[in-house]
Amino acid sequence: MNWKLAITGVATLCLFVGAGTLLSPASVAQDAKTDAKTLKPATSFETIANQRERSVALFQEAGKVIQHPRCVNCHPATDRPLQGINMHPHQPPVVRGDGGMGLPGMQCTTCHSAENTPVVGQADTIKSIPGNPAWHLAPIEMAWVGKSLGQICQQIKDPARNGGKTMDQIVEHMAHDELVGWGWNPGAGREPVPGTQAEFGELIGAWVKSGAACPAS
Amino acid sequence: MVTFTLNGQERTFDGDPDTPLLWVIRDFEKLTGTKYGCGVAQCGACTVHLDGMPRRSCITPIATIEGSDVVTIEGVSGKEADAVKTAWAGLDVPQCGYCQSGQVMSAVALLQMVPKPTDDDIDGAMTGNICRCATYHRIRAAIHNAANSMEG
Repeated sequence: MNWKLAITGVATLCLFVGAGTLLSPASVAQDAKTDAKTLKPATSFETIANQRERSVALFQEAGKVIQHPRCVNCHPATDRPLQGINMHPHQPPVVRGDGGMGLPGMQCTTCHSAENTPVVGQADTIKSIPGNPAWHLAPIEMAWVGKSLGQICQQIKDPARNGGKTMDQIVEHMAHDELVGWGWNPGAGREPVPGTQAEFGELIGAWVKSGAACPAS
Repeated sequence: MVTFTLNGQERTFDGDPDTPLLWVIRDFEKLTGTKYGCGVAQCGACTVHLDGMPRRSCITPIATIEGSDVVTIEGVSGKEADAVKTAWAGLDVPQCGYCQSGQVMSAVALLQMVPKPTDDDIDGAMTGNICRCATYHRIRAAIHNAANSMEG
């Protein structure tokens, strides 16, 4: 055995493993960070030959938006909306009320207007009051908090739990609804949902065209 | 230039369109009954009625109220306001008093919408009005008293 060659080989291996150990986590983390802020184009999923697998992959990509706190916070499982990237209960402690618009005397419009509004007070955590002309909570049957992406997928397809929408109407809602669109324009101090609404709409459109298959979980 | 109605009178404001309604009410109109508490819509001290609905004036840019009707604690009137005023005095509701104009504006708005509110109705409507003296129990009792006084 050529010991010199063997030792050199081991040293080289160690060097590569060492370099990999040093570089990989950082680059993976960077990729994950970028990945969480962007959406892959719907066309990039065309390489998945199996239609069902393609459909599931499309919905999983769209799930980066659907399961983002910006969206889930107003699809609460109780009558109380959530707030912030850490999804804490809304302060002040408001509740759903008729049509998801709050209670008499404390409706959403007491604070939320048609536009995001910068605040004048000094607060580390509140840089603006979010606003949109259609500001309201999703109905309780559309609750997403605590559900897996697969469960949310089934829910979105179920007319009894999606506001009686057809799949074409779901695509239209995701692609063009202005309150959905608020997720990409959430105002100062809030992280927007990944990608663009147009990209999201294309993902949902391609998901429906490919059979609207749902993830197992 | 923004034109709006303040306590029944037409007013105009020609300054920065981002100026909060609260600044206009206090600094330009010199109506200082409406208070600045937090500036981030968390306390309710700055509550006014905007087109008949409670609204936090600290987070309401003046440009957004063109043509609207604003009522402050100085101008609120009607049977609900009268009932609330009597009930508030009857129970000596305020302690330090700083939050009370906001509390009164929310209470009047509630009674205009729900003439005979339950405890849950009151808690729901008043949840955004914080009182550092914790006069909540007297506020709730006074709203019940005001509602009862309007029944007769």
